[in-house]
Amino acid sequence: MSQPLLQVKDLHTYFNVEGQRAWACAGVSFDVLPGEFLGIVGESGSGKSVTALSIMRLIPDPPGRIDSGEVVFDGRDLLQLPLNEMRRVRGRDIAMIFQEPMTSLNPVLNIGRQVMEAVVLHENLSQEESRNRVIEVLEQVGIPDADKRLKDYPHQFSGGMRQRVMIAMALICKPRLLIADEPTTALDVTIQAQILELMADLQNQREDSATILITHDLAVVAESCDRVIVMYGGRIQEVASTRDLYQQPLHPYTKGLMGSIPQEDSKGKPLFAIRGNVPAILDFPPGCRFCSRCEQVEDRCRSEEPPLVDLGGGRAVRCHLVEKLPSNAEAEEAAP
Amino acid sequence: MSEGKPLLEIDQLSVHFPIYGGVLRHQVGLVKAVDGVSMQIRRGETVGLVGESGSGKTTVGRAICNLHSAMSPDVKLGGQIWFESRSGRVDLNGLARKEMLPHRAEVSMVFQDPFSSLNPRMTVQQIVQGPLCIHEPDLDQKALDERVSQLLDRVGLQPQYAARYPHEFSGGQRQRIGIARSLATRPALIVADEPVSALDVSVQAQVINLMGELQQEFGLTYLFVAHDLSIVYHMADRIAVMYLGSLVEYGSAEQVYKSPRHPYTQALLSAVPRPDPDGKRAKRTVLQGDIPSPLAKPTGCGFRTRCPLAKKECAELVPELNDRGTGHFVACPVVE
Repeated sequence: MSQPLLQVKDLHTYFNVEGQRAWACAGVSFDVLPGEFLGIVGESGSGKSVTALSIMRLIPDPPGRIDSGEVVFDGRDLLQLPLNEMRRVRGRDIAMIFQEPMTSLNPVLNIGRQVMEAVVLHENLSQEESRNRVIEVLEQVGIPDADKRLKDYPHQFSGGMRQRVMIAMALICKPRLLIADEPTTALDVTIQAQILELMADLQNQREDSATILITHDLAVVAESCDRVIVMYGGRIQEVASTRDLYQQPLHPYTKGLMGSIPQEDSKGKPLFAIRGNVPAILDFPPGCRFCSRCEQVEDRCRSEEPPLVDLGGGRAVRCHLVEKLPSNAEAEEAAP
Repeated sequence: MSEGKPLLEIDQLSVHFPIYGGVLRHQVGLVKAVDGVSMQIRRGETVGLVGESGSGKTTVGRAICNLHSAMSPDVKLGGQIWFESRSGRVDLNGLARKEMLPHRAEVSMVFQDPFSSLNPRMTVQQIVQGPLCIHEPDLDQKALDERVSQLLDRVGLQPQYAARYPHEFSGGQRQRIGIARSLATRPALIVADEPVSALDVSVQAQVINLMGELQQEFGLTYLFVAHDLSIVYHMADRIAVMYLGSLVEYGSAEQVYKSPRHPYTQALLSAVPRPDPDGKRAKRTVLQGDIPSPLAKPTGCGFRTRCPLAKKECAELVPELNDRGTGHFVACPVVE
């Protein structure tokens, strides 16, 4: 097994809300392997974006703060780096694509200048070389007539094209880790398909690099990712390979999410819906964070938070009711 | 479901917005947001209207509710919207404010954004009783209170919430308030414009189930405008697909979803991510480019610039919706 590219260990991030500490990311640990396409899934308020921003150290402070934990990249703990060294990591080693292609680009700078910024900061290239690099990367993400569009401003591009420009900005220094935070949420399905295809192609071209895709859409994950982390209430609830997760979701929350998506054979029948709403960040119950909405809740769930149990085979679940893989449990029962 | 007269019959509806520019503010362009749309909605059925952003689907919904004249006085309307009201058949298209008023009790709307469609300075009681105060002025406060608490109870909110303000509720709860408001005057037709797209996945399923129950209970007819095809297929009896202001395909949900005929519908369906990592899907046809601007529509068939089957003739002839048997209409002469 190859060395992980990124190791997140016991990451804790909080925000000051009404004088209290709201733990948006509470003890998150995971590894990202080279060549991997990792998905992080969760609803709004699950802590998936905060996890990504914590890795990049982009949490606004105040009101937020990364309290403890380690983010090991290339043998260095990013959380301990001085700010000027962290700046050299951002954009060059780890790049990020943000959700809103409409608001993440500067409306008063032309596209060429915005895409070029990272090259100018991180690499010692001449004006001519940087310009060629920009054209090359814009062509790579599928912008036609890239050399003629350098002087265009963001409002002259459509939503899908702006997202391509964002991806070009992220890729221009050939980062080893790309974090995409809801890259297709604001786009139409046909454009979403284009962007997901582009991201998969680019991942295949860069073999030893990795992509983390953050999304609320389980269907998008099924199409693109190798492995999935399901988050709820600032904690990892389930980890599995994409295939295992869809064939056999174990956590009641994952099962609920899957049941909420209309399938072809569910037409005319009511959908399985998780009851209630995602609580506000300070209102999560003690014990298991999902216990207030869980159908199978037991007494101990309300008092005692279950640990994230490693079930082997790359699967882990945080639930009192799932202590073994069902397939193993059946085998044990069958044995005398 | 009665197969008799349609509740709503749209005949050659067009909605054009002039654009003014220059020093003298003369007309410099015409946005043909909806151009010659005809369809029928039968009593008690759900018609799904799908398309990408910019296809004109929301404009059709707004035209039915006669909301254009209020927002843009210059709008140019054409065609008829025949509605089978309690007092007989009326053409809702372009009705003056006063003439439209009595019909607003029978045609109501649920809006996309549950955050901006509720007045933040009104209590839930005021929001939900608003339509009743206009259409049933004889009701005293006691009767109003009773009706509001019945409505809130019906949409799954506690009646004591009536005294609260919208900001105290989550997105899903606000959408329930919006649904309660739309139900207040016992309408026959509800135009639901992307009612679940702003909600979290687990809450989406709750609202979809609620809308299904209400339809059964009150015999409602829905025009369900959405971009998410899997949700539309789940909800709808019939599906209409729009592209660039025109209908390209119209038929039963099974016909359109299972055996789409128009190349645009096929591409749209193949772009929808499926929540199944092993799914056996036909090779995805990824559409190139974006939807053209409605200011500069291609001549002939609007889809020909992105169509994989486009021929020379497509630039000349505007395709008409033709019945391909059993009520499956397709606007494409190439696919016979």
